[in-house]
Parts: sequence; structure tokens; C-alpha cells
Amino acid sequence: MVGIVGYGAKIPRHRIKVEEIAKTWGADAPSYKKGLQLTEKSVPAPDVDTVTLSVEAARYALKRAGISGTEIGAVYVGSESHPYAVKPSGTIVAEAIGAVKDCHCADYEFACKAGSEAMFTCLGLAKSGYVKYSLAIGGDTSQGAPGDALEYSAAAGSAAFIMGAENVVAEVLYTHSYMSDTPDFWRREHEHYPQHGGRFTGEPAYFEHITGATKAILQKSGMKPQDFQFAVFHQPNGKFPMRVGKMLGFTKEQIVTGWLVPVLGNTYSGASPLGLTAILDIAKPGDMIMMCSYGSGAGSDSFVWKVTDRIKEVQNLCPKTRPQLDEHKIYVDYGTYAKFRKKILKNK
Amino acid sequence: MFPSRTWRENPQRYRLEAVKCAKHNKVFFPPRRVSPGSLDGSSLKPYQLPNEGTIYTFTTIEVPPSQFKDSAPYVVGMIELTDGTKITCQVADCDPSTLKIGQKVKIEFRRVQTHGEHGVLSYGYKAVPAIQGVTTV
Repeated sequence: MVGIVGYGAKIPRHRIKVEEIAKTWGADAPSYKKGLQLTEKSVPAPDVDTVTLSVEAARYALKRAGISGTEIGAVYVGSESHPYAVKPSGTIVAEAIGAVKDCHCADYEFACKAGSEAMFTCLGLAKSGYVKYSLAIGGDTSQGAPGDALEYSAAAGSAAFIMGAENVVAEVLYTHSYMSDTPDFWRREHEHYPQHGGRFTGEPAYFEHITGATKAILQKSGMKPQDFQFAVFHQPNGKFPMRVGKMLGFTKEQIVTGWLVPVLGNTYSGASPLGLTAILDIAKPGDMIMMCSYGSGAGSDSFVWKVTDRIKEVQNLCPKTRPQLDEHKIYVDYGTYAKFRKKILKNK
Repeated sequence: MFPSRTWRENPQRYRLEAVKCAKHNKVFFPPRRVSPGSLDGSSLKPYQLPNEGTIYTFTTIEVPPSQFKDSAPYVVGMIELTDGTKITCQVADCDPSTLKIGQKVKIEFRRVQTHGEHGVLSYGYKAVPAIQGVTTV
């Protein structure tokens, strides 16, 4: 049996409300809240970045796995906001959790599906027996240009998963990847903020790839949407995952547990992985979970997970995902947010 | 700052690795190489500090050194960890006016210094209040 041995999530404490951003730009907050179906988003403080969030998530994953960092043989960090342009995030994470020095390590990038890329690779390593335990992380401190629609949703958070073949809490039964060259969202070298194709990010991009990957894995597994207790799809806003779920035959009840975006925002590479952690927090043995990521550029990775009896032993060992969203919150105004995100031009 | 300075201290800054003197049952952090009263370090064994504790005392820095000027005001505290060891570090994610001595904290991995726009990023430990609830700044 191969799958998730331990998992963890980390969400920063600071938040900004849609009204606060809309007030700054003279925009209509109710329209944005209705259009994006989100009310607030997480904000990373200046001392928080993809690496710090990933280290905390990884420490929780280790605790749930019941292993030490020295037992980790591979570390992969998927993000589009690695703190360095040249220097891996993974080495810092590995050093911080003690997974040094006999360890394979790499940073992944594939827009918002870099995290599920890392998960896919780690599952392969576990299945082949090449590495006993490997660590996959999806996390971001997402960028959104001032005044752009993305600014209302670009958020921060990280999810970590330890994959292995012993003491599994969620077995992977099937995977499927689906991709094409679709330029719906990009950021060129040396650009601070990403560009996007507006409505082009919808039908030919997000919906085409998520439906493609999910239909293929349903066919591969011979399963139907009704066979799953939970489903989580990439969540760039509140509307898209609910709509794509409905298109595929999933109900709101199946999606709502991992649907974090209304109060978290879009955590890019962390989006569907964080949704999976929220599901694992409350899942029961035998529950089936459909997961499908989406990364612009573009592609989707889908996974069918089956929760094992061991889940009950690990759920309460670390802070769960929903309580991190609902408690410990510190609301900031736009000025503080702009300072935190380095949106203010200063004299050198 | 030259990168070797922070690199050399990775074990203590990243993983709270201390040493404990087997002879005197005393914890040293940052780790020492020679135990006081001894001529060598043979009695010093690796020791992992816990990552929870309480605020022993603290002060608010209003006029910081230049590399921290964008963070002011910020709190530097002495944290008494659950094993009794005391460490000094920043207390992040807090309103200095509501912080209390004896308040429970958790030690988290954070950026400590950024060395301008081009320098190496220094990571390490900070305390954060282990409180629940919602505040506004």
C-alpha cells in the first residue's frame, strides 16, 4: 500500500478583507465578493515566506507520520513564489526539519500545480521502493498586482505530505495527469506580478484541464462521482471549483469540506493540497477522496485517495486546517498589507 | 553579512539544537564546545530544545538598528521553554500592547534578516503567541 503517511498545513495569521482592498481602489466590494465568492484572504507577514510556511507544514507532517526528519530521503517543494530566483527552497526546508544530508532535493514549478507535481513524484518514489519516505510540499505567498482582480484572491499557505509504503493514512489508488500548452497565466523573468488572459483562464484552461483529468481518472478507476465522500478541485476563487464539480457530477456537500478559498483566498500551489488536508482532518476510515489540481500553462493532476484506519490516530496530533483559518486571525488595513507585500516604492 | 556566518549557525537557528552537560546536567544554548569547569567538551551531548514555552520577560523595540527599521515597533522577549531553558528571540504576530509575561508561546521558523534586496536570506526561530481569537491592526 502506497500513499500519505503524514500531512500538515500552515496558514499565516494575518488577513485582509475584500472590502479593505476594494475601498483603496474605488471598486465595488459586493460585486467582487459575489463574483469571486470570497470574503477575505490570508496575508504573509514580512518574516513569512514559502519556505517558513513549508517548514511548519512539514514539521506537522513529520509528527503525524511518527518519523524523524533523518528518515526523509527526498524533499520536493512546489511553488511559484520561491524566495530565491537561484537557490533552492528545498534545501532550507530539509535543513530545518533535519532531513540532511543524505537526501534528494528539488524545487518544482508549474504555476498552481507545482505542489501536486511534488506529490506525484513522491508517490512514484514510494511505489518503486526507491525512497522509503519522501516529502512533497505545495505552498505559495502568491502575487497579485495592485488593483488587479488577482489582488483580491492571491493568498498564502502551505501543505506538506510525507509519502511512503508503511503506516499509510490515505492510500493512493489511481493518478492521472492531463496537460497542454495553454498560455492562460504567466510571469516573465524579472517581472514582479503575473499576467493573465482574463476570461481565457476559464473554459479552455481551468475547466478543460480539470474536467479532462477527472473524467480520465474516473474512467481509469471505473468509479462514479457518487462513490466519493469528498472532492477537492483547484480553487482560484470560490466559484470555479463549485462549477467544475457540478459539471462533473459532484455535489456541493462533497466539495464544501475542502473548499477553503472563501476565507483563505487562492494559495496557488497550496490550493488543492490544503483542501486535501482539511478533508483528511475529518475523514473516516474507508472514505474515498477525489483530488484534482490545476496549474496554468496548463495542466491538472488527479488522484483517488482511500482513507485508512490509521487516520484516527493522527488527526489530533497537530493543529488542523480549518481552526487555523477560523482562529488566531489578525486583520490588517491596506496600508499594512501594502507594506507587508512590498508594494510601496521606497528610496534606495 | 557574509553567508558563512548564518550557515555556521544553521543547526541552532533552524532546529534549536543545544548541548547538555552530562556532568552538571546543564543545557547550553547556543551550544558550547567546552563545558564550564572542564578542559574539553566530552561531557557535552546534543540536546533538542522543545518548541513551546512562556514569555519570561520582554521589551518593545521602538528605535531599531537599520536592518530592522521597517519592522518597528517589534518585540524581543526572553522565552522560558517547557524544559526550563531560556532563549532570547523576537516575538512575532503580536500586538506589543496586549502581550503579557507568562503568556504561552510557540517557537516558529521565520525569516530573521533579509540583508537588503540582494543579500542572503537568514532564517531562524521566533516566538508567536499561542492564543486564539481575532485582533485588528
